[in-house]
Amino acid sequence: MGSSRSSLRRVPDGQQLLQETGFSAAVLLRLHQRFQFLDKDSRGHLRSEDLEAELSENPMGDRIVGAFFQPGQETVDFPSFVRVLAHFRPTEKNRTRGGEQPEPANSRNRKLKFAFQLYDRDRDGKISRTELLQVLREMLGLQVTEEQLQSIAERAIQEADLDRDHAICFDEFRKSLEKVNIDHKMSVRFLE
Amino acid sequence: MEHRLIICHPLSLFPDVWLTLVFGFLIVPAVFGLPFGIHKYYMKILLSIFEWTTLQMELKAKEKNHQLYKHYTSGIIVKVPDSTLKQEIQDLRHSTGCLSLDTRFELADVFVFCRKALENIIDDDVTKRFSAQKLENWNLLTRSNHNFRCISLKLLASWFLGVLIRYGVLLPFRATVAVTGIFLFVVLSTVVGLIPCTKLRTYVSDKVHLMGYRLCVRSLTGIITYHNRENKPKNDGICVANHTTPIDGIILANDHCYSLVGQLHGGLLGLIQRAMVKSSPHIWFERAEVKDRRLVAKRLRDHVADENKHPVLIFPEGTCVNNTSVMMFRKGSFEIGCTVYPAAIKYDPRFGDAFWNSSKFGLVGYLLRMMSSWAIVCSVWYLPPMNKKEGEDATQFANRVKAAIAAQGGLVDLIWDAGLKRTKVKDTFKEEQQQLYSKILLGDHEYQNHPES
Repeated sequence: MGSSRSSLRRVPDGQQLLQETGFSAAVLLRLHQRFQFLDKDSRGHLRSEDLEAELSENPMGDRIVGAFFQPGQETVDFPSFVRVLAHFRPTEKNRTRGGEQPEPANSRNRKLKFAFQLYDRDRDGKISRTELLQVLREMLGLQVTEEQLQSIAERAIQEADLDRDHAICFDEFRKSLEKVNIDHKMSVRFLE
Repeated sequence: MEHRLIICHPLSLFPDVWLTLVFGFLIVPAVFGLPFGIHKYYMKILLSIFEWTTLQMELKAKEKNHQLYKHYTSGIIVKVPDSTLKQEIQDLRHSTGCLSLDTRFELADVFVFCRKALENIIDDDVTKRFSAQKLENWNLLTRSNHNFRCISLKLLASWFLGVLIRYGVLLPFRATVAVTGIFLFVVLSTVVGLIPCTKLRTYVSDKVHLMGYRLCVRSLTGIITYHNRENKPKNDGICVANHTTPIDGIILANDHCYSLVGQLHGGLLGLIQRAMVKSSPHIWFERAEVKDRRLVAKRLRDHVADENKHPVLIFPEGTCVNNTSVMMFRKGSFEIGCTVYPAAIKYDPRFGDAFWNSSKFGLVGYLLRMMSSWAIVCSVWYLPPMNKKEGEDATQFANRVKAAIAAQGGLVDLIWDAGLKRTKVKDTFKEEQQQLYSKILLGDHEYQNHPES
C-alpha cells in the first residue's frame, strides 16, 4: 500500500528492513508501534528490563531476552529488534534465490542457529554439558533434583553426540532435529 | 487542562430557569423513578454524528495521502487459542515420530518456550487489557483520537461545539444532580436510620437507596439495559460481577438493593459510607481488618446467613480492567459456600470510556471525565444462580463463574491475575510452567519434589 510506505519514513532503516527481513510494510509499522510501546521511557532503544517484563511467566524468559542483545551490549534498537523477530517469520517455500543473496533470516538453517545459540551461551560452537544443564535447570526450576537433572542431560548428550566429544556441535544439533517441523514450531504467524 | 468548568452566563442571569429545568427534568423524575424517554433518540443522533466524523477524517486522510492510524483491536499475530504447554510438547513429539508419550527431554523442546516468549514480546495479552479500549469511529472526544493531523476545519468546528455542549451544558447539569443526589441521600439515609421498626425501616431504606443510585446514574447520563431480570440475586447469596469502574456498583444497585463490601474511607466517601450503613447493613472494614481473611470471611458468612439482609455485591477481580476481558477471580468470596448470582456488565465505549485507569487519573479526575462524556451506555445481564459442585474447589468454582460471565458479556476469559497491573514479576506463574514441564518429562508418578504452597 502506497500510504504504508510513506509512513515508513518514521521507522528507522525502514526501507532497508523491508528488503532484509521480508516483513510487509504494514507489519513493520505495527512492530514499530509495539517497540515504542515497550520503550516506556521513549529512549529509542530497549533494555533487557523492558523485554523481561513481558516474559514473567516464561521459565526461559531471561535467556530469550538475552538473544536480542549482541554480546556486550545492553540496549537494542529497532532494526536489531526486528532482525531477531525476522527469524520467526514462516519459511517461504519454493523460493529460489541467487547464489549471492544472503540466506534469509527465516530459513530453516537460521532458525536452527537461533535455537542453538539459546543453548550455546558462550558462543564456542558447542553445547557443553554445563550449558545443557543450565538450560534444563531454567526449564524445570526447583521441580527436579540434581540427580534427575544430570540423568536427563546425560541421556540427551548421548543421543545427539555422534563424534563422542561429550558436547553437541551445530551439525549434531541439526541432525538430531532432522525430523522436527521447525517451520511450524519456530514460527509466528503475522496478521497481514 | 480540560477540567476548568466553563460557568455559563445563563447560570447567573437565569437562576430560576436553571433550577426549574434541572429539578423538573432530572431530579424529580429520578426521585420518583419516572423514565425520561429521550435516551434512544439521543444515542441514535450521536451515533450518526460519530460516523460522519470518521468519514470526514478518512476523506481528509485521503487528501493528504496518509494512512489513518487505526488501532487493531485484535492484535498483530495469529494466536492459537488454548494451546497449553502439554499440547505443544505432545505436538512436537508427534512430529518427530515418537510413538509413545515418551517422558523424556528433547532438544527441540526449547522451541515451545521460545515461540511463546516471542508471541508475548510481539503482542502481549495482559497489558492490552489495562489501557483503554480503542475505537473504530471517533466520538468527538480528544481522549480517543489519535489522528490529529487528519482534522479538517469542519471537524474542528464540530469538535469545539461538542466541547461547549459537554462542558457548558452537560457537565453543570450533571454536577448539580450529583451533588443534590448525594446530599439528599446522606440526609435521608441518616433519618431513616432512626426508624425503630425494622420492617418499616428496611422498606423505606430500600426506597431511599434506590433513589440515591438513580440520581447518581442520571447524573452520569447512564443508559442501562438490564437483561434477564428473572435471575436477580436473592437474599441468600452473593452477587459477583466483572469490574471496570467504581461506577459498577452504582449501575447494579440502580436496579436492586445490595449490601456493599469495602474498606471504610475518610473524607466525603467515608461520610457517605457511614450514612449508608445507618439505614442498611453494609459491610465496611477498617483498614487493619482488611488483611484478616478469616474475619472478612466470617462477616460475609454471617451476613449471607441472615435472610433479611440483602445479597452482598462483590467484584472478585480486585481491580479495574478495561472491559474487553475478565481476569482471574480471587477465590475468597467463593469459599463461603453460598449461592453465587453472577452478573455481566458490558459498557459501550462509543459514548464514553468508563474504564478507570487508576495509574492515570485520580477519582475526582475520573468522575469529571465521566460527567463530560456523552453518556455511559451499558448492558447488564443477570445470569442464573450457580452453586459449588461436589468435589469442586473454590478456584475451579471461581473459574466456572468467570467463564459464564465472560461468555455472556462477550469478553475474553483470561487466566491472568488483574493484580499484575501493579506488581511486576509474578514468580508463581513461572513455577507453574516449570511444574507442568517437569510432569511431562518425568511423568506424574515420579513427581517427587512437591513444593509447599
